[in-house]
Amino acid sequence: MFDIHKNHRNLVVLALLGFLILSLGVAIFPAYQSQNNTEPLPQMEPMSEVELRGLQLFIKEGCVACHTQQVRSIEMDKTWGSRPSIPSDYYYSKQRMDIWRQSPSLLGSERTGPDLTSIGNRQPSEEWHLLHLYNPRIVVPESIMPSYPWMFEEKVNPDEDEKVLSVSDEFKRKGTEIIPTRDALDLVAYLQSLKQAPLTGQQPEFIPSARKKQEGINTSDKQGKDLLPDGKNLYMSTCSACHQAEGTGLPGAFPSLSGSSVVNDEDPEMLVRIILQGYDARPEFAQMPGFADQLSDAEIAAIANHERTNWGNDAPEITEEEVRKIRNFVINQTQ
Amino acid sequence: MTLKHSIHILLLISPMSLLAQSETIDTENWWASPGVVGTLVLVSLIMVVAILIMIIRLNGYITGLNERKHLKQRLEFSEELTNLEQADIDLILEKRKQSLNYKLKGTELGSDYEASDSKGLIQAVTNEPDNPIVDEKKRAAEALETPKKLKHLIIFYLGAAVFWLVFGTLVGQYLGMKFIWPELDSISWLSFGRLRPVHTNAVFWGWASLAMFGLGYFVIARTSNTEIYKYKWGWYAFVLINLAVLIGTLCLMSGINNGGAEYREYIWPVMALFALGLIINFWNYYKTIANRKISEIYVSNWYLLGAMVWTMVLVLIGYLPFYQNGLGETVIQGYYMHQGVGMWFMTFTLGLIYYYLPASLNKPIYSYSLGVLAFWTQMLFYTMIGTHHFVFSPLPWWLQTVAIVFSAGMFIPVVAGTTNFLMTMKGSFHQISKSYVLPFFLVGVVFYFVGSTQGSFQAFRFTNYIWHFTDFNVAHSHMTMYGIITFILWACIYAILPRLTGKEPPQLLVGAHFWLAFIGLFAYMISLMAGGTLKGLSWVEGLPFIESVIMMKQYWVSRAIGGTLMFVSHLLFAYNFYLMVQQKAILKRPMKSSLDLKESKTHV
Repeated sequence: MFDIHKNHRNLVVLALLGFLILSLGVAIFPAYQSQNNTEPLPQMEPMSEVELRGLQLFIKEGCVACHTQQVRSIEMDKTWGSRPSIPSDYYYSKQRMDIWRQSPSLLGSERTGPDLTSIGNRQPSEEWHLLHLYNPRIVVPESIMPSYPWMFEEKVNPDEDEKVLSVSDEFKRKGTEIIPTRDALDLVAYLQSLKQAPLTGQQPEFIPSARKKQEGINTSDKQGKDLLPDGKNLYMSTCSACHQAEGTGLPGAFPSLSGSSVVNDEDPEMLVRIILQGYDARPEFAQMPGFADQLSDAEIAAIANHERTNWGNDAPEITEEEVRKIRNFVINQTQ
Repeated sequence: MTLKHSIHILLLISPMSLLAQSETIDTENWWASPGVVGTLVLVSLIMVVAILIMIIRLNGYITGLNERKHLKQRLEFSEELTNLEQADIDLILEKRKQSLNYKLKGTELGSDYEASDSKGLIQAVTNEPDNPIVDEKKRAAEALETPKKLKHLIIFYLGAAVFWLVFGTLVGQYLGMKFIWPELDSISWLSFGRLRPVHTNAVFWGWASLAMFGLGYFVIARTSNTEIYKYKWGWYAFVLINLAVLIGTLCLMSGINNGGAEYREYIWPVMALFALGLIINFWNYYKTIANRKISEIYVSNWYLLGAMVWTMVLVLIGYLPFYQNGLGETVIQGYYMHQGVGMWFMTFTLGLIYYYLPASLNKPIYSYSLGVLAFWTQMLFYTMIGTHHFVFSPLPWWLQTVAIVFSAGMFIPVVAGTTNFLMTMKGSFHQISKSYVLPFFLVGVVFYFVGSTQGSFQAFRFTNYIWHFTDFNVAHSHMTMYGIITFILWACIYAILPRLTGKEPPQLLVGAHFWLAFIGLFAYMISLMAGGTLKGLSWVEGLPFIESVIMMKQYWVSRAIGGTLMFVSHLLFAYNFYLMVQQKAILKRPMKSSLDLKESKTHV
């Protein structure tokens, strides 16, 4: 009919039309729909100017090569957010940047580093982010992330009002101080702003995969003792970024847990309250966020026990029940 | 007694085994799931069985044929004997008698005669035979009559391509080392996030695209039996594409990118240069093919024209801004990055195989119709599967399902293509050991099957669960962009350049290039596949993220070693390329002077 074996024009036109029709169906139409049928969630706020600058730096430095921003609808991604990501989550962040550059490709395709969907919840401390950005190995020795020294200034005599990072001499030239530039502060502001907005109504659910976790909690072993989740794993993924794997902390930034009087106190109330509510009473250390929303009673008990029985610490273990009591007390107190 | 014992044992074992089961249920389940190993094992089992059956059947059939032939010959022979006339018998007996009386004189193996080569059969004579490490391969056929202008154009396209290959893979090699030594440098222009797209874009738009265009120019002129429509246009496109990669590289290193979407990192003014080059080249190809001297359009040209038309549409859709806010961008990204590979590199390269493979075997392609079938199914299936890069993401579920289903459909064009190429090679496999071009083709074709099929498997939800976001993706993309595209391009270059310039590279260096690249790729692939799988499993188990980073270190080291071999092979390739195109003829066949010939007489 078309005689495409001998008619080059028909061949090219047919290939063009076929591809165009398929592309309309599989790319342009769903893209249009996705763009135009998405509204932001009621609790979401437009990005501030500082955060927007931070996002542009995030793109400029190619952070998306290693960090995703999508919580997939499968169980293992629960680590990265409390619910699977939905199109509305990207309403403000994925807008065309300027005439030269399109909407930032935030979802990513590889997790050489952790997902950042709710890094603002997981790691709210500005001090930590700045140190991590200056040289990731200050806070995470095994990290393979590049360091970003060009976002910081080296100064011998910083001004009074300038923010000085507490970097040990191992990571900087002796006699100088490390001052974050506006770029570093904006990028960190953007990272701190990354949180999942709460979803009212029905939550999209994770596709379950592991029965292990559900079995692990709420069961007891033969002695009738609570079987708590793995405290070491929880500590490693929740606490070690600041307090370090061996509980040593970082001088001038994060207090040591090894030999700490709070951790070793026979009465666990103070320790559990700090984990629940956070802590900002000591000026020489960075602020600690509260983890009441992120961790269950059993998980807090497991973490506390890990801390109380390791690195030379020796305090009696606590139970899930004790944590529950302290949590209820704290809730009553704040109401 | 025994019963009691066994009950004891049962009691001892059962609680333990129950516990063990509930603790390892995750990992064990995934290993055993049909998605990962199950399917692969089953398929390979079926393949092994099928191959075994085929061999046995083929063997039986051939034996049967041979037996029948023998029987027939025997019958014919005895018939001949019984029908002999008396005079014939006498003649035979007389001949036999003479033979029996023959005596050796003792001078048969040497004489005082002077050796002479009256027909010029001896090409080179030496009295110092060197002992080569490998067998000498067949030399390229005689040089082809090619217009000088075309020769120039092709050599420049290929030369620029070689430059971008060495540059792009040097960057890649450096990036691979950063996984082991993250503090290799602290220069913003060389930081990982900025350099990664430099590597991918340089090898995509620089190496592969320029090499494809150059090789394509020869195909269209040859198969259309006509001159290139306008040589000048080819040169314009050459400049534009090189400029795009050069400016693009500088932009990326200085931190100017389009938003971080893979393979769309060049901002639109830069990509417009590439697109313009593409359009000019398309029109040049199209007009050349329109001027062909034969009525049929050879199947290679289908693929070349198709690839160029589709890529023009693709770049346009990928860069138009009207539907790219929110997740619209992500839908387009899945479509764009997959089609960039499928419609551009894969389609164009297939077109090149359809010419260069039969040409270097000196025989026609096995089936023209299979090539046509693969062409249309390539368009139908490949276009639909982009979203399989975003399985379980917030993109519409129906789009993900379409992508997965059509990924399975990719078997059709892949099997059609592979069958076609292997059947073309059938009967010529003995030539592989005698040629330095065919091994590249064979590896490329085998990777075409393995890489594409593996990609389809990876799209399934089960396997995606474990492999997505891990280094397995990187292994897959090297398996395809390197194992298929790059190996085929090398095959084509080694097939055609010596016939254009009349100069061949030393076979030892081509062999070294081949083996270093192949072993390097294999090490690269296997280490990232193994590491990626373990990484995925550690995530499924819910271990802290940093554990997967620590665990990967050794796999990154072996990846870097594989990468080094690959990079060294590219240096060898660049040197071979230089030898093939340089003006001075230093690598002519070692012709011995007539003096040598006389001297060596005594040895002959």
